[in-house]
Amino acid sequence: MTMKWKGWALATGVLAISAMAQAAPATPAMLSNACAGCHGTNGGSAGPSMPSLAGQSKEAIVDAMKKFKSGARPATVMGRLAKAFSDDEITAMGEFFSKQKLHATNQTLDKAKIAKGASLQDSNCGRCHIEDGREGKDDTPAMASQWLPYLQIQMADYLSGKRKMPEKMKEKVDPMSKADLEALLHFYASVK
Amino acid sequence: MNMTLDRRNFIKLVGGASGLALAAGCASTAGLSGPTSGRRVVVVGGGYGGTIAAKYIRMMDSSIEVVLIERNDHFVSCPFSNLYIGGLMKDLSPLTIKYDKLTANHGVKVLQAEVTGVDAAKKVVKTSMGEVTYDRLVLSPGIDFRTEEIKGYDLATTPEVMPHAWKAGPQTVLLRKQLEAMPAGGTVVLSIPLGPFRCPPGPYERTSMIAMYLKEHKPKSKIIVLDANPDIVSKKGLFLKGWKKHYEGIIDYRPAKKVTEINVAKKTVVIEGLEDVHGDVVNLIPPQRAGMIAVAAGVVGPDKNWCPVDPTSFESTIHKGIHVIGDACIAGAMPKSGYSANSEAKACATNIVNAMNGKELVDFSGINTCYSFLSAKEAVEVTGVYKVDKAKNAIIAVPGSVGVSPDLSEVEAIYAESWLKNILTEMST
Repeated sequence: MTMKWKGWALATGVLAISAMAQAAPATPAMLSNACAGCHGTNGGSAGPSMPSLAGQSKEAIVDAMKKFKSGARPATVMGRLAKAFSDDEITAMGEFFSKQKLHATNQTLDKAKIAKGASLQDSNCGRCHIEDGREGKDDTPAMASQWLPYLQIQMADYLSGKRKMPEKMKEKVDPMSKADLEALLHFYASVK
Repeated sequence: MNMTLDRRNFIKLVGGASGLALAAGCASTAGLSGPTSGRRVVVVGGGYGGTIAAKYIRMMDSSIEVVLIERNDHFVSCPFSNLYIGGLMKDLSPLTIKYDKLTANHGVKVLQAEVTGVDAAKKVVKTSMGEVTYDRLVLSPGIDFRTEEIKGYDLATTPEVMPHAWKAGPQTVLLRKQLEAMPAGGTVVLSIPLGPFRCPPGPYERTSMIAMYLKEHKPKSKIIVLDANPDIVSKKGLFLKGWKKHYEGIIDYRPAKKVTEINVAKKTVVIEGLEDVHGDVVNLIPPQRAGMIAVAAGVVGPDKNWCPVDPTSFESTIHKGIHVIGDACIAGAMPKSGYSANSEAKACATNIVNAMNGKELVDFSGINTCYSFLSAKEAVEVTGVYKVDKAKNAIIAVPGSVGVSPDLSEVEAIYAESWLKNILTEMST
């Protein structure tokens, strides 16, 4: 029985799919689609406390998942979920989401804060959060169009010490006022 | 006998450009009796599983025609409906989705009709609007009730007096109305069936939300929970902690109490013929099986309740060409939850598309994430990652991936709200 015959038989429903005993390992799409119930189809989130994964770099997703896995990044569900995937699977998911278009959100934001954030971002964050946060250097996450509540939760975790800031980020964030940080979050949330 | 679909009605229902395209394609064959593209998948049931299967097949291969058959023009989510019962939601609109964007965005043809039967040999779905042929059929029918196991239960009238509220919609509204009408100092009886049932933590979240409502609005009232199971089925430690923290003296939880008989007029339930329990409000959740459509299609297994499926493709092991997803199927270690149905639908869609294109199948990888509310602001969750154990040919949990929240959490409640927003958006856009 050749594969060609099986293909025809499956396509026409003459043969039960299960007759094709050997299945290929889960593809990047199979692994990643399961995340979409919480992170949105193709990683474009509609829920204000969940980040969009669409358009993140592979490196940023791998870094986040490894930190969830090790417990270095605080989490609710993600610590347990990340542990279930191998490094190769995590890389495959990183690749999948990096190929998706950045998810533009429409949110109610403060115009004055956006303007203030815009004036602060280049000199403070722009070296790593490049292209107005649409991209990130190395494993720096993209922040453009993320939901404001998500960004606020992350910043609160950074400031409380629950989530550890990279050294370069800490140098910039430490001297900044809370109002300035809030303005930056409004700015990045507004970028499309 | 080959009744065909009323084309005008169908076009009206599917609407828009794709409806017209369908009409053009069907002009010579009258209605939906034959596939227009030569390859048609019919999906029955527009809930957590069916919407996703229909959408993802079209996303992965737009040359496959997909017809979603659903008897209602909308869907109300069971997840979060306990919050409405507890008074945390004004109406069911945050839980309600429509199907128009699945048509506009993905070209899913939506047919509002009641499925009356399936001819697996001829590959035909019989509906109140006519017959629809298929190359592959996906059933996502949810659950129905084994009411024959409760003496005195009348399918038509009992739920109007003793609501189950285990399918969201009018039943959910009725239960809340009954709670609102109950006098202070009254008793609510909640009867939980033996598992497996839809949403393992659901009855205990229901208990919490009703207790919260009683505490705030009906002083000196209580809820008696009659659980047919030997113990709390899911998230036990967290529920007990929440009940002690918030609802001491309000919840009377009684394990291993199986309701076998009811007296509807007296609003009394009977436990194994031995003990009568009366409630001013009786929330009777009967034991469950796969939705009647699965029974009619002949894909229910030897246990007479649930549908055995291949764990990679979710194809029925009884009838080839028919796939079963969601609460109705036996998905190994995966719980009967909305998120499980979402994951199963995607894997099923992937492998239907692969099979129809003569391509190799792909291993299943799925997730479950399920939140329960304990109070207005606190929630807990359970998660797991699932794959196929090839030696057992069954879905298992990836070791170490299944776990629950460490404690009651306000942050988890915030994430839960976004869970709902994302998963309903995924189903409806």
